[in-house]
Amino acid sequence: MIEVQNLHKSFGAVKAVEDVSFSARDGEITGLLGPNGAGKTTTLRMLYTLMRPERGRVLVDGRDAALDPLGVRRALGVLPDARGLYKRLTARENIEYFGRLHGLDETTLRRRCDALIAALDMAAIADRRTEGFSQGERVKTAIARALVHDPGNLILDEPTNGLDVMATRAMREFLFGLRAEGRCVLFSSHIMQEVVALCDRVVVIAHGRVVADAAPQTLREQTGAASLEDAFVQIIRRSETRAA
Amino acid sequence: MHAALTVFLKEVRENLRDRRTLINALLTGPLLAPALFVVLINVQLHIELDKAGKPLPVPVVGAANAPNLIAALVQMGMVVKPAPRDPEAAVREQKADVVLRIPAAYAAHWRKGEPAEVELIYDSSRRDTHEDVSRLRDMVKRYARIVGAQRLLVRGLSPALARPLVAADRDQATPQARGALIFSMLPYFFVLTAFLGGMYLAIDTTAGERERQSLEPLFANPVPRRRILLGKLAATTAFALVSLALSVVAFAIAGRFIDTSRLDMVLDLGAHFATFVLLLMLPLVLLLAALQTLVAAFAKSYREAQTYLSLLMFVPVLPSVLLIVVPVKAQLWMYAVPLLGQQLGIMQLVRGEALGAAPVAACLAGTALAALLAILATMRVYASERLAISG
Ligand SMILES: Nc1ncnc2c1ncn2[C@@H]1O[C@H](COP(=O)(O)OP(=O)(O)OP(=O)(O)O)[C@@H](O)[C@H]1O
Ligand SMILES: [Mg+2]
Repeated sequence: MIEVQNLHKSFGAVKAVEDVSFSARDGEITGLLGPNGAGKTTTLRMLYTLMRPERGRVLVDGRDAALDPLGVRRALGVLPDARGLYKRLTARENIEYFGRLHGLDETTLRRRCDALIAALDMAAIADRRTEGFSQGERVKTAIARALVHDPGNLILDEPTNGLDVMATRAMREFLFGLRAEGRCVLFSSHIMQEVVALCDRVVVIAHGRVVADAAPQTLREQTGAASLEDAFVQIIRRSETRAA
Repeated sequence: MHAALTVFLKEVRENLRDRRTLINALLTGPLLAPALFVVLINVQLHIELDKAGKPLPVPVVGAANAPNLIAALVQMGMVVKPAPRDPEAAVREQKADVVLRIPAAYAAHWRKGEPAEVELIYDSSRRDTHEDVSRLRDMVKRYARIVGAQRLLVRGLSPALARPLVAADRDQATPQARGALIFSMLPYFFVLTAFLGGMYLAIDTTAGERERQSLEPLFANPVPRRRILLGKLAATTAFALVSLALSVVAFAIAGRFIDTSRLDMVLDLGAHFATFVLLLMLPLVLLLAALQTLVAAFAKSYREAQTYLSLLMFVPVLPSVLLIVVPVKAQLWMYAVPLLGQQLGIMQLVRGEALGAAPVAACLAGTALAALLAILATMRVYASERLAISG
């Protein structure tokens, strides 16, 4: 369970995030949808305590990120915008490194690694150095790394970025699996179709503000648009005229 | 397992797989310096020691006026060269280093037993000719003394009469210390090796990791950043130490190839020397690792960090040069100054002197304190929000 209350963050004159609030529940997939530069990455970075919000509060499973950042990070699995694998280590060594930083013992670590490598279908690449990995292989490795400690909450910044249709579909199945296990999954995207296909709930942000927060179906009904893509465009436009 | 240890092991493993780092830390650094050193020392010994016995070519004006004097000087090593037409001009224009002129009146004065004059024409502002000039002057004086003694003897007097006073040189420099002057660059070589040994790791673990964008996922782990930093510092320090240890061993071996017989000193770069060098250098290695990481943390990219660190590399040469240019008497507080303390301590070891407990303690404590401050400063930079975010 991730709760976000009135987050603010600016970089100099740029107000990246202004008063963002939403919550992502366990056993649900929540999509953070917004155009480029809307403030998605910045919001997520405050969730996993890489950045400190100027105002507002983040709660993960009831823990306040400002007071207990380590506890929050322990409860989170994170796939950042930058995947950042270690090229001179194999995929498995990359995963193991993070597992050890989470304090897993060697038996648990081996079991988790094997399970994730099987679930993500990466047996063929597991013992190769990640130098030269394709986009898809990199994302898989980074996701396995984020899940190695079996977190109850998962934050993914544009997880399907750069993936082909097959890989995207596999990713979708994988995320459904995580939802079925009762985890809280929060991901960001700027692609409407993806959000529709995946989410139980959509939080639309534009210019650092939440402009809609509902189930995909409700969004369409609210705007009266024929397709979700139209609904998305309408919502963004409306927020722009309001801001002007 | 402790998180810092995990980070340490990962950094070591990753960097052992990097050829460039390995070659720099474990090969070029530790081996190049000793090899270079042996060559330099041998060349220098050759030059210094050969000078003394070498023939001294001197243009002589009026050699015919004093055949006996010339014969004596030639026996002492002077080689008579044809005289330039204008000796003063020749010296001024640096065509000759020193010219000996024997005036026509020489013979007349000599026969009468009056002081006969010979002229040494040289330019004292030319430092490179000092040695030739003083050698020639010494030869002339020596001849004068011999002739003077003979004249007294002929008159039945003791030559000692004419020498009421003798200034005897009692040089207190041990042969070791005399040779040590040549070795004053040795501490810098050690510092340089430690610097190079850790440099690539300092860059790779901070600027490199940020450039490859892996710092952000790393910081998402439930580990305080200072622990991550400690692991990285430990890895950098370990590489620098291994590099330094290899270098010390290489110097011990290289020491056998230095022709110390010509130096008139015992050169012992063996176990005792090695142990103390490593001891004195230990906190300095930590200090260097922290400073390198600090600098690398400010750099925006791997290359930028490399540029900064290549500049920083020349800072440690300062104490070496300073002590050669302005020799100072070592005070206890100087040992507490990082770099200077190591320079003084290692020089003392080279001179074959025992290192007192107080200087060693001052050296270790002073540098360790500086290292601690550098680590704290680096921790502050690591805690900053900007560090993790690339681009
Ligand atoms: N470290 C930073 N320094 C300065 N400005 C920043 C920084 N990070 C983000 N911004 C600015 O904040 C705003 C929001 O950026 P953010 O990366 O959160 O957007 P996003 O929704 O993730 O966009 P995208 O879909 O392109 O990834 C942008 O205007 C961006 O330029
Ligand atoms: Mg983004």
